Amino acid sequence: MHEMSICEGIVQVLEEQACAQNYKSVGKVWLEIGPLAGVELESLRFCFEAVAKGTLAEDAKLEIVETKGLAWCMKCSNTVEVARRFDACPTCGSFQLQVTGGDEMRIKELEVN
Amino acid sequence: MCSVCGCGHGEVKIDGKEPRNHSHDHSHDHSHDHEGESEIGVYSHAPGLAQKRMVQIEQDILAKNNSYAAQNSNLFSKQGILALNLVSSPGSGKTSLLARTIRELGKKPVISVIEGDQQTANDAQRIRETGAKAVQVNTGKGCHLDAHMIGHALEELAPHDGGIVFIENVGNLVCPAGFDLGEAHKVVILSVTEGEDKPIKYPDMFHASDLMLLNKIDLLPHLEFEVERCIDYALRVNPAIKILKVSATSGEGMEQWYEWVRTAHKMVLSGHPTADIYSKTGGKE
Repeated sequence: MHEMSICEGIVQVLEEQACAQNYKSVGKVWLEIGPLAGVELESLRFCFEAVAKGTLAEDAKLEIVETKGLAWCMKCSNTVEVARRFDACPTCGSFQLQVTGGDEMRIKELEVN
Repeated sequence: MCSVCGCGHGEVKIDGKEPRNHSHDHSHDHSHDHEGESEIGVYSHAPGLAQKRMVQIEQDILAKNNSYAAQNSNLFSKQGILALNLVSSPGSGKTSLLARTIRELGKKPVISVIEGDQQTANDAQRIRETGAKAVQVNTGKGCHLDAHMIGHALEELAPHDGGIVFIENVGNLVCPAGFDLGEAHKVVILSVTEGEDKPIKYPDMFHASDLMLLNKIDLLPHLEFEVERCIDYALRVNPAIKILKVSATSGEGMEQWYEWVRTAHKMVLSGHPTADIYSKTGGKE
């Protein structure tokens, strides 16, 4: 969803940080994105290129670290791995799952010049 | 142009106008000089070598939106306002449902509305016909409302203390799920003329919502929509979601929805320092 505005958000953060962290261009950006964040990675890469053009991140490469989707099963009291929001608990088959991780969308670190 | 949020450029319009020039108390004429920075670089690295280094920032990509959302939410809680974010696909009957709700909830508490659409002020016009105050936000190319647009719209709307603000989001079951506007609850509206599997086709939205209104139930006899299956799908995605079956046309089930709104509004006002005044007047004049 809205990969374009997400990329605009990333570039905005990079530009804000340029002042504080004293850099002029960005070579690499490490992003941490969970499977439940609603982000299509291919589309994100595509949009990033378009949005970064003409900014200090023009030549930046995206390194995407995919995290795991985790949920707490209220029925069998286990922390289980899920790929989608409507997955059933792989242990007991219940849908009473509380998502506990995997919806993050974070900029971790940068390689800058 | 505001350089913090980029407002004042682009295509976002509030009631057809550019957003107001609010003060972020800074301008980009700051005078630090970038040559000095490169000298630091020269001193700290051997000449001729690339000055690559790593910077840890650990920042949420949507942090900016979330901080605007927190400001909105602050304003709502200070003024004792219940804010509801109505989301759905286009054509689910959001505006009709809202218009009827405003008419039937009565004059207290005072209701005002922020309407989000890509283009046109038609929806705000429909709401104003009910007598409620409404501000139209046109997102231009955007596919969702963000917290910053809502901040500007609230300046324009100046909602009543102790009132209710309905935010009718852009018809879209995908993007608005990720953008917190500072509301108390997201309410997702699904009409029975859509597929019953919408909750699992667009799980993020149903996961993010606290209440689902299954609208247009007066049409059920003419359709092959399996209500139970739809509810089951919604509960799979969000075990805590509440579901009400309504028809904004026939009025069926609408009283339960009003009761939900009144209860949510009471929760906002309960214990609020000026709750007494609000409950007597329905809002400070």
